[in-house]
Amino acid sequence: MLPVITGFIDELREAGVPVSMVEAIDAMKAVEAIDIGRRVALRETLRATLIKNLRHERAFDTAFDIYFSTIPLPGEGEAENGPTSGDPGDASGGQGAGAGAGEFDQEALFNALLDALAGMDAEALRRGVREAVDRLAGMEPGRPVGGTYYLYRTLRRLDLAELEEQLLQALSGDEELSELEERLLREEVEALISQLREEVQEEIRRRLVADRGREAVARTLRRPLIEDIDLMHATSSDLADMEAAIGPLTRKLAARLARRRKKRTGRLDFRRTVRKSLATGGVPADPQFKHPRPHRPEVWLLCDISGSMATFSRFTLQFTHAMSTHFSKLRSFAFVDTIDEVTDFFGPGIDFGSAVSRITTEAEVVWLDGHSDYGNSLETFYNRYGPQISPRTTVIITGDARNNYRPPRDGVLADVARASRALVWLNPEPIAYWDTGDSAMSHYARHCTSVHEVRTLRQLEEFVETLTLPSGRSLQNA
Amino acid sequence: MEFEGPDRVAEALASVDYLADDRIAQVVYLAEMLSKPVLVEGPAGVGKTELAKAVAAVTGRDLIRLQCYEGLDEAKALYEWNYKKQLLRIQSDVDHDWDTISHDIFSEEFLLTRPLLAAIRSTEPVVLLIDEVDRVEVETEALLLEILSDFQVSIPELGTMTANTQPLVFLTSNNTRELSEALKRRCLFLHIDYPDTEREQLILSARVPGLSDHLAGQVAKVARSIRSLDLKKSPSVSETIDWARTLLALSVEEVDEKVLGDTLHVLLKYQADIEKAAKELTSSPTP
Repeated sequence: MLPVITGFIDELREAGVPVSMVEAIDAMKAVEAIDIGRRVALRETLRATLIKNLRHERAFDTAFDIYFSTIPLPGEGEAENGPTSGDPGDASGGQGAGAGAGEFDQEALFNALLDALAGMDAEALRRGVREAVDRLAGMEPGRPVGGTYYLYRTLRRLDLAELEEQLLQALSGDEELSELEERLLREEVEALISQLREEVQEEIRRRLVADRGREAVARTLRRPLIEDIDLMHATSSDLADMEAAIGPLTRKLAARLARRRKKRTGRLDFRRTVRKSLATGGVPADPQFKHPRPHRPEVWLLCDISGSMATFSRFTLQFTHAMSTHFSKLRSFAFVDTIDEVTDFFGPGIDFGSAVSRITTEAEVVWLDGHSDYGNSLETFYNRYGPQISPRTTVIITGDARNNYRPPRDGVLADVARASRALVWLNPEPIAYWDTGDSAMSHYARHCTSVHEVRTLRQLEEFVETLTLPSGRSLQNA
Repeated sequence: MEFEGPDRVAEALASVDYLADDRIAQVVYLAEMLSKPVLVEGPAGVGKTELAKAVAAVTGRDLIRLQCYEGLDEAKALYEWNYKKQLLRIQSDVDHDWDTISHDIFSEEFLLTRPLLAAIRSTEPVVLLIDEVDRVEVETEALLLEILSDFQVSIPELGTMTANTQPLVFLTSNNTRELSEALKRRCLFLHIDYPDTEREQLILSARVPGLSDHLAGQVAKVARSIRSLDLKKSPSVSETIDWARTLLALSVEEVDEKVLGDTLHVLLKYQADIEKAAKELTSSPTP
């Protein structure tokens, strides 16, 4: 068992999950203390000792499947770990794995799966899935693939849409359903179908591992952690995963911006000091101060939503959307070659999809040709909204500063910086690319309070964690 | 009390109406076996604090609770010298020389124990709950490290106090900030998410006596449906329990559009969320 676990820990580290020496030792100790005959027990034990961040669970689950799905564990039922190739016994045994696809009855399989799902019979489902993978995946030994293609092929040939429809009918019976009931039922069916999908994926992985060995499969399946995915090139499923991580991040940012200064800058609270001095026999040993009023942060977000920034802007808009629940005074603006305020599109309770479609259709962000023009956008911004910037306002601009060789007109940014509490620029490009080609980053950077490369969620997180802003200037000096 | 295995943990917890899934049971079992603290994370209202209480109840241990907040310091978490008493001691005794007195006033008699020290000094084994640990500043977090890894507290004037009995420690976090690596490394990590419909149904049946299985199932399904929406605040388990109680009190037997529209405010606390859920789930939106 020991070498498998060390191999597993190595794999986690390879995938980017930080596992310290102490944690590895803990995991070993823990494994000794449990009954490793149960896969669930083993999984949760390793998870509790090795994974300390929810975002690493995806990597953990993949690695665990690869490393432990094929080991026949002592005391585990045959059905639980049915060895992969040459599957003897049980229902599909008659036809056996690897037999020609000719005499295979797809309809019977379809019905078997349908019954298994409708009756929630895990055993029958597993049998069905095993057969489906046998027959439909068309797996070729030795090919260095991750199994996504096999998964796709199996599911397509299983005709999931039809299965879903029939399942819906089977579960609803003949009764007329109200809209609510239908919705609930549909969700039930979706949950079942996704369970089937997972079973198939697990089965395929199990076979891949049997075919090519753990390390090789793990290498193929290794994906960057969510926080390391390049935001400029994220896929939509990555973005969906990120969405979950954005929530806590915005909460952190809100806490960060609202943080009270810890210094005792408040005025002496005479009454409380005297009250407290009674405890020390009238000696005011512990002077009390009035608390400075908590800071109500005001944040303005300016997002470049031009074509070159498509993926990133989707992310920043998501971020904006999540922020709008934490800041009462958040204003957001979108620009391409001119700028428009989009705050109202993100009101509470409005879902993200409709907000984005309204921005693209209703907001006036295109002035001339729909190519980024930072100069014009910033100037329009300052002319239109400049007077409303207060010394409490933190202005955050997100964009690559690629100006299509138009005049940067960065002077206006100096005015923005002067009027606001802080001006922060987040650029999704690697620092090495700044100022290459049509990027006018350094023109803008010199006016900003701080400039950050934010290419990944991790960098965004670092920005949030290290954010220190100049304390709000008093109104008189403004 | 010793647990024999994760299944026994689940059974024991169920006897105090806390329904643990495999993950929870396994981690609690490990915490007991390895004497390691557990860091429990998850959305609000999924029973993080409740878990510590349930464990205290089944093991028959006392629960010592430290509620964290911004500005929590050593004096409130660990110990404090009772300097009023120390002053009295000095003033009342003018005969002895300073050395004797100064030695005397830094003895245990003048020590005010706060939750962490109380957990260490208890002669009976206890459950220590450090609630919402993410609310304290990073600097304060360091206070906890000595306790979590070695179950001891160092007091400069008295020396190191080691735990008489091994406390079971639970830390809860709502994930408002990243906890330090040092803290995480010392803990077992347990993420509790919203339960799946089956488990939620069981929780409802256990917590709301008199609720029919059918209704419990419906409540659980509606809860899942609402959680799949993009809301400001998803309904927590405690809110679904409240909702089930409401339905029971109204002697509802079947959740339909009308009932849902009328009672949605029990489940959701923001007007925008209520409107949205009503629109999505029922054909006729509430006025």
